[in-house]
Amino acid sequence: MMFGWCRRYLVAGVLWAAFPHGAWAGEAPHRVVSMNVCTDQMAMLVADNGQLYSVSYLATDGSTSALAAEAKSYVVNHGLAEEIFLMKPDLVIAGTYTTRTTVDLLKRLGFAVEEFAPEASIAEVRTNLQRMGRVLGRQQRADELLAAMDAEIARLQATKVPEVELALYYANGFTSGSGTLVADILGIAGLENLADRLGISGTGQLPLEALVLARPDLIAIDANGERGPALAKQNFSHPAFRAVAAQHRAVQLDSRYTICGGPFTLIAASILQQAALKLDALQLDTGK
Amino acid sequence: MMTETARYRLLIVLLSIVVAILFVLSLTVGPADVGPWQGIAGLFTGDDSLIGLVMREIRLPRALLGLMIGATLGLSGAALQGYLRNPLAEPGLIGVSASASLGAVIAIYTGLSALLPLALPLMALAGALCAVLVVRLMAGADARPLSVILAGVAVSTFAGAMTSLALNLSPNPFAALEIMFWMLGSLTDRSMTHVWLSAPFMLVGWLMLASLGRALDALTLGHETAASMGVDMNRVQRLAVIGTAASVGAATAVAGAIGFVGLVVPHLLRPLVGARPSRLLFASALGGAALLLAADILVRVVAPGRDLKLGVLTAVVGAPFFLVLVMRARRQMA
Repeated sequence: MMFGWCRRYLVAGVLWAAFPHGAWAGEAPHRVVSMNVCTDQMAMLVADNGQLYSVSYLATDGSTSALAAEAKSYVVNHGLAEEIFLMKPDLVIAGTYTTRTTVDLLKRLGFAVEEFAPEASIAEVRTNLQRMGRVLGRQQRADELLAAMDAEIARLQATKVPEVELALYYANGFTSGSGTLVADILGIAGLENLADRLGISGTGQLPLEALVLARPDLIAIDANGERGPALAKQNFSHPAFRAVAAQHRAVQLDSRYTICGGPFTLIAASILQQAALKLDALQLDTGK
Repeated sequence: MMTETARYRLLIVLLSIVVAILFVLSLTVGPADVGPWQGIAGLFTGDDSLIGLVMREIRLPRALLGLMIGATLGLSGAALQGYLRNPLAEPGLIGVSASASLGAVIAIYTGLSALLPLALPLMALAGALCAVLVVRLMAGADARPLSVILAGVAVSTFAGAMTSLALNLSPNPFAALEIMFWMLGSLTDRSMTHVWLSAPFMLVGWLMLASLGRALDALTLGHETAASMGVDMNRVQRLAVIGTAASVGAATAVAGAIGFVGLVVPHLLRPLVGARPSRLLFASALGGAALLLAADILVRVVAPGRDLKLGVLTAVVGAPFFLVLVMRARRQMA
């Protein structure tokens, strides 16, 4: 009983110390902790020098994060409540799906938490980027990023692309159909998605058999990436896959550009568009 | 009235026909839209057409592995039940499959099998061998049913935990999810490479287990009687242990641990072969192949595109069966 009282006072005291001045007075936060690889990257792009204190450990992993090098200059967190608590942030940024228990606990302890849903389209990337600008008090920076994105989108859409059908083929034989960020990117790059022809929407399984018979013009895979072996990528070394992926059909698409939405997602669009243009040039060469 | 031998022959013929039908059916079922005749033709034309590619590189290895792994599980279940004189002995229950999984997991996730492909079946074999030896030692000379099962539970729990640990320690984010494959088994998108890698070990294992027939018949009369009839118990032990480890190890290395087939099939067929272990061996191999081929066809028909694991289906059939078996054993004891 007494212990409980003690602890309550202790928590209140530490909390008081955690918010030294005016974090809730409408000022921009100045000690921000992000706990999700996607909000990490968006916050790194938008935040002012010294405003962002910590990012999640995944942000420093080159296979999941497009800004792994930049992330190395921040303190790393693992999304654990105690760890975040001791960092005394005046704003915590989290994803809506990850580290749920930590987020609930931090909210109960009175921390300001902003949650961002993962983006399923470029339009949602825009919305999140604008919101990140508001949350960090950096609207102008967000607007600059958006303008650069719009220019890149306009450039991609203006490029004339031959009729090319592309299959997204991930580890474990998954693919992305309509309603996903990658499918949206494919549209901006001017490519057809095999998933649409096969009636797959959202993230779904693309059986190897179906991929072989569908014979897409290009197959985007991420053959490197994660460290250490796993069965998940055995589909890329299957003889049947290798037979259809031969003849310049396979395109390396690093998943770090597509796991999260951000300006860097357009790099994926550019890679795929370049591959389509190259394929067209090759086919003209061979007189197909 | 048919003689017992005639009835046995009829059973073998019928089972062979069922296995053949299921094998062909397995070749014609899949997510890709390939007509049955078109597909079978594609198998033999030998050209580079896409249908030929799908049939030869995806469906044929799947059907072959279903056949061979099912036969392995049925045969080893029958052999272990006869050898340990325990109706509950089966590679899954006594921890052989789980330990083979552990060996395979170590080979794959340390990168050893990428350097040396043969390391995969060999490590799985080593894992399986440890499990059989531990269970055999723990069970003691008289192989009391309870000690066999208790030792098996200990071995499979330990191997399962170590498999989870190895997968959790892997730096690869996909590895942890692959626990499902290793514990429940699947034949999805296997290739001929897997067939070549595992088939020799399974064949050697089958030959060893099949040669046990006469000794197992003698063993039904008890250990001492069998020994006095001239059965070399050391040789029997060697054949049973290594035969099980080689065949189940190789099967598990390429398809994960698939439970219950080795338990259910010998029990279903035992009354039909006149309770003679030697006859049960071949019948169980065919029965196991039929059951696993059927389960693998169902996996593709029931939930296409969801990659349902094989162990789920065999457990749906096997678990109720297991409970009935336990109930019957209790009634006999009472």
